[in-house]
Amino acid sequence: MPELRDLYQEVILEHSRAPRNYKALPAANHKAEGYNPLCGDRFTVYLEMDGDAIRDVSFEGAGCAISKASASMMTQSVKGKSLAEAQHIFEKFHEMVTGHSHEHEAELGKLAVFSGVSEFPMRVKCATLAWHTLQAALEGKQEKISTE
Amino acid sequence: MSAATAVPVRKTASDYDVEKIRADFPILRRKVHGHELVYLDNAATSQKPQSVIDAIVRYYEGENANIHRGVHYLSQIATEEFEAGRKTVQRFVNAADASEIVFTRGTTEAINLVAQTWGRAHVGAGDEVLITAMEHHSNIVPWQMLCEEKGARLRVVPMNDAGELLLDEYERLLGPKTRIVGLAHVSNALGTINPVNRMIAAAHARGIPVLVDGAQAAPHIAVDVQDLDCDFYALSGHKMYGPTGIGVLYGKAALLDAMPPYQGGGDMISSVTFEKTTYNKLPHKFEAGTPDMAGVAGLKAAIEYMNGVGVAKIAAHEHDLLEYATEVVGGLPGVRPIGTAREKASVLSFVLEDVHPHDIGTILDQEGIAVRTGHHCAQPVMERFCIPATVRASFAMYNTREEVDALARGLRKVREVFA
Repeated sequence: MPELRDLYQEVILEHSRAPRNYKALPAANHKAEGYNPLCGDRFTVYLEMDGDAIRDVSFEGAGCAISKASASMMTQSVKGKSLAEAQHIFEKFHEMVTGHSHEHEAELGKLAVFSGVSEFPMRVKCATLAWHTLQAALEGKQEKISTE
Repeated sequence: MSAATAVPVRKTASDYDVEKIRADFPILRRKVHGHELVYLDNAATSQKPQSVIDAIVRYYEGENANIHRGVHYLSQIATEEFEAGRKTVQRFVNAADASEIVFTRGTTEAINLVAQTWGRAHVGAGDEVLITAMEHHSNIVPWQMLCEEKGARLRVVPMNDAGELLLDEYERLLGPKTRIVGLAHVSNALGTINPVNRMIAAAHARGIPVLVDGAQAAPHIAVDVQDLDCDFYALSGHKMYGPTGIGVLYGKAALLDAMPPYQGGGDMISSVTFEKTTYNKLPHKFEAGTPDMAGVAGLKAAIEYMNGVGVAKIAAHEHDLLEYATEVVGGLPGVRPIGTAREKASVLSFVLEDVHPHDIGTILDQEGIAVRTGHHCAQPVMERFCIPATVRASFAMYNTREEVDALARGLRKVREVFA
């Protein structure tokens, strides 16, 4: 049986209470809006790209503890990374939270706290909303992305 | 001291045996995550008593044949059962005639039927369709589609902070361009019981017909379409202990008669040539194709079950539960009820300070408690209250005060996790 504490780990709760990089980014040259119509979660992800490198990243919006903490920790993990590196992290993260593979947890570092999400399939979209939004921002998509 | 004892105990009717009722609903015996199931998501769909499940099985085991067609024995039995179901619905909503009862897939299809037939025939460019701020998406989008097609305008009756419609505004919005009013009898997101009698009378005084969305009313309060004098009334079987996939459109015979058909096909015709088709009489004109005969058998059994318990007794029991829940849950620290109308049925919608409804839903689920979290297909209602979502506990005839206590315990656990 899945345990609540596997989902709501202390690190996750702490990030949801005090999200990092939670602001608009005046120097942003990419941004995208993400929306989960099922629960009303809504985030904007801002990116300042320098060529292929993510020089700075931030987010704003409202959502549940999982989606907010995930957005917060995402900004920390991709800041300073290249586009290809950020996409690689998302792939591994996605495999982990959907329960397809837990073998990259070490590689994911702090993001491994989200491994418990795989026991709660209804919450996968919460954990991945910010990431999908980041991807849309990286690809320069202008339209609002939706998890539905 | 527990919350249960902190509140003065008011008893429901002493002859209301909730344990006996619970024993009739097999799903209530199952466990969820190792806990007794506490099912408080009845506004989404209700559970089914054994008699409904048995009626569906009995239909397929002993009566299945296509209706209104064959001369053989089973076709005759199936037709009789189907038309008996129609009469049961007629009596349940007190329609003047069984031909005013049209079977649909549910409330959504019933409203779409009216928008696409009556609506397309009567709503034109510059006309107005009037709905309210608390409608479910199913009583917004069909009218929006119609207005877009016709160049008509969708107008909305506002509500106050308690979730009550502003009746003065309503009267003002009923104008010379208003062609039809679409109105929820009971709000699914807030639980408000709207003063439909008065609102229908106001529309009729100006010659405007009214469609009532009764999806959330039919399971909880006695419906009398003749007393309401509504022109159309829509309901869903699955929200009133019946199966999914079957619903009802009631329409006044004169209106239904004058309306063009909805879908074309078998059963809705009286004769077909390649030059011309003559449509069947009511209600068959609106029932193209083979209908959900097992669904009607199940819906009939559901209504018989409700009648057996007594609709007034169900309403009294649920009213007691709602009052109890409003005190016990509404009194918890940080809880803010959304929808505090004086007249309410079955629904306790709320938000909890600093915790998103989605997180609450997951934590309650781990305790075996099923509530709905989200916008409840009423996004404009959420916008009106400036919230993304609510937690909604909604009650049915089989719920108990102990289950309300379990919900309150679950919410305390939420506070612990997020402390």
